[in-house]
Amino acid sequence: MLLKELSEARGVSGNESAVRELLLKNLDGVIDEHRVDALGNLICLKRAKLPAATGAPRTVMVAAHMDEVGFIISGYNSDGTLKYERVGGIDKRMLLSKPVLVGEKAVPGVIGFRPIHLIGRAGTEKVADISQTAIDIGASGKEAAAKLVQPGDYVTFRTSFEVLSEDGLRAAKGKALDDRVGCAELVEVLKGDYAFDLYGVFTTQEEVGLRGARVAGYRVNPDVAIALEGTVCDDLPKERDRDVSPVTELGKGPAITFRDGSVICDRRLVKLLADTAEAEGIPYQYKRGAVGGTDAGAMHLVREGVPSVVLSVPCRYIHAPVSVLSLNDFENAIKLLRAALTKLEGGLDA
Amino acid sequence: MDIVNLLRNLSQASGISGYETEVRDIVRQALEPFADEFRVDTMGNLIATKRGRTPAGAPRRSIMLAGHMDEIGLIVKDIKDGYPRVTDVGGIDHRTLLGQEVIVHGKRKLPGVIGSRPPHVLAPSDYEKPVPWDMLFIDTGLPEESLREVVQVGDLVTLRREFLELSEGYVSGKTFDDRAGVASLAVCLEMLAAMNHTWDVHAVSTIQEETGLKGATVAAFGLSPDIGIAVDVGFGAQPGVSPEESIKMNEGPAMAIGPNVHPLMQARLAETASKYEIPMQKEIIPGGSGTDGWAIQVARCGVPTAVLSIPLRYMHTSVETLNVKDVERTGRLMAMFISGLDEAFASQLGL
Repeated sequence: MLLKELSEARGVSGNESAVRELLLKNLDGVIDEHRVDALGNLICLKRAKLPAATGAPRTVMVAAHMDEVGFIISGYNSDGTLKYERVGGIDKRMLLSKPVLVGEKAVPGVIGFRPIHLIGRAGTEKVADISQTAIDIGASGKEAAAKLVQPGDYVTFRTSFEVLSEDGLRAAKGKALDDRVGCAELVEVLKGDYAFDLYGVFTTQEEVGLRGARVAGYRVNPDVAIALEGTVCDDLPKERDRDVSPVTELGKGPAITFRDGSVICDRRLVKLLADTAEAEGIPYQYKRGAVGGTDAGAMHLVREGVPSVVLSVPCRYIHAPVSVLSLNDFENAIKLLRAALTKLEGGLDA
Repeated sequence: MDIVNLLRNLSQASGISGYETEVRDIVRQALEPFADEFRVDTMGNLIATKRGRTPAGAPRRSIMLAGHMDEIGLIVKDIKDGYPRVTDVGGIDHRTLLGQEVIVHGKRKLPGVIGSRPPHVLAPSDYEKPVPWDMLFIDTGLPEESLREVVQVGDLVTLRREFLELSEGYVSGKTFDDRAGVASLAVCLEMLAAMNHTWDVHAVSTIQEETGLKGATVAAFGLSPDIGIAVDVGFGAQPGVSPEESIKMNEGPAMAIGPNVHPLMQARLAETASKYEIPMQKEIIPGGSGTDGWAIQVARCGVPTAVLSIPLRYMHTSVETLNVKDVERTGRLMAMFISGLDEAFASQLGL
């Protein structure tokens, strides 16, 4: 399963090459051209295979980001453990007691913490700071550590992908589902034939400020842009005094964004997605709550502006060591996107 | 013996205090080639006995070795808003639970995730407050209705962690506390198979240590050994722990010094380590050691006892880390100690 391979591939922002290579392997024979640009974006072209209607878009860009949140090694402690910093938005309360993989050679390590026996119950009421933790690779000292790991090595969580239940919501767990789920969708979408040039762009550095999509968008210069995301799903228990939106709900279909923290989506594209879902009988939901930024935030401001929209798969626990999604939502997102792209061939309504 | 493999199997087996059946089967398989007899007592302790060759006319003597096979874990206390809610069995820092994977032991084993709300919806002040116990929940991916068919209040939840080999002989995983001690018993029995010893050896994999040394209490009564050694884990040097609070990693087991340890047992262990050049450290424990040794010492009329600690980092988390050489050294030290046991030592102890 490509989604499993993508989830387990390691690619923190700025170091996406392993994900890129995995994708290229799976796009062999699917795309007509590809290039890797200065920021590491993988830009794939599937040429128009069908006749176009007048007024229809000639170039469509669909983007999914390859990068994931993680860590970077910043130095050694004298006992051979490693100092590290976060790359992307990770809740600092998420660090304790986690296995990780360090650097190109995937050196295994763990983020340990002071034992509870030496803390006492009262001490557990305070949040541990990142500087109180370290990555332990089993090195006996600084020199031994230096043979295995260098400052600047990227670190990912060590999490395997697994389907939790084969029926019902068909929940699956894994790391980096934000946004490897988008990457997996985009591979499937590139397999279709369309009446416009479809640029499938696997972007870099989304998690540190939508960097890849901005320059890829400039190069592709699309008429329409769509970002595929794994997005916030907060349909979870909450403290009673907090009345907040679930943003999205697991298993209720792909989520159409009309607005997030980075973009107000093109209303015609929002309508296109919703109308298509209705017509095709595909379950869908709107993303409620303008949280998070997406590649659409960068793409809609490229050159003189590009009509843009976001389609997301709800993912619980994004930016954590392990996230959960529904395979139903994933498959419905592919279905919806392919149908919407076909409909787009007639052009956008005024 | 492939200690790494043994530790892997022991670490990945489930056995929360009071429910040690699964891990007990793994321990039994591991000890099978080296023990003469096996017995599971009323409480569930696994007693593997290796008979000594008692010289004619000499009294039959025995030593009890104890390593506990139970582990800390979680238990379902409620199903609320569609998710199982848990509390701990044994001491767990709830801050280490966020974003962890678990197995819920319901009618069938269900993999799950301890969920958390994403940073995108949190306020800056949220990061300064740990998620409290009553807000931790387990996501099995099942809707409430299907969940309730499989899971109920009282079901156990184990941490789910793949055993990990780090560098330089270090390994990481869950519940090395005290499966590492159990592994050292296996090492000891294997070595004794090729050695002479006159005393019977009862290698006991105890139950319910984490909840109050229950297994060792009844096993020591049942066996009524002449002497005893408990093997547990000790706080290994690690970031955030001072040298005064810890023992060194990869420098052998630490022998406890304090009221829990008989002075002659202590002296004999030190001699043995020195004679066979087995690295050993000392650890001052001024009162209760919190190990099975604390219970063994006061069984029946009292038992001369020693306590050995295998250095362990990150105790009571799912990434406990130790050096395999320390497990081997602990087993070897006990084997050498046992092979040297004789009537002269027994009379020194006043047995």
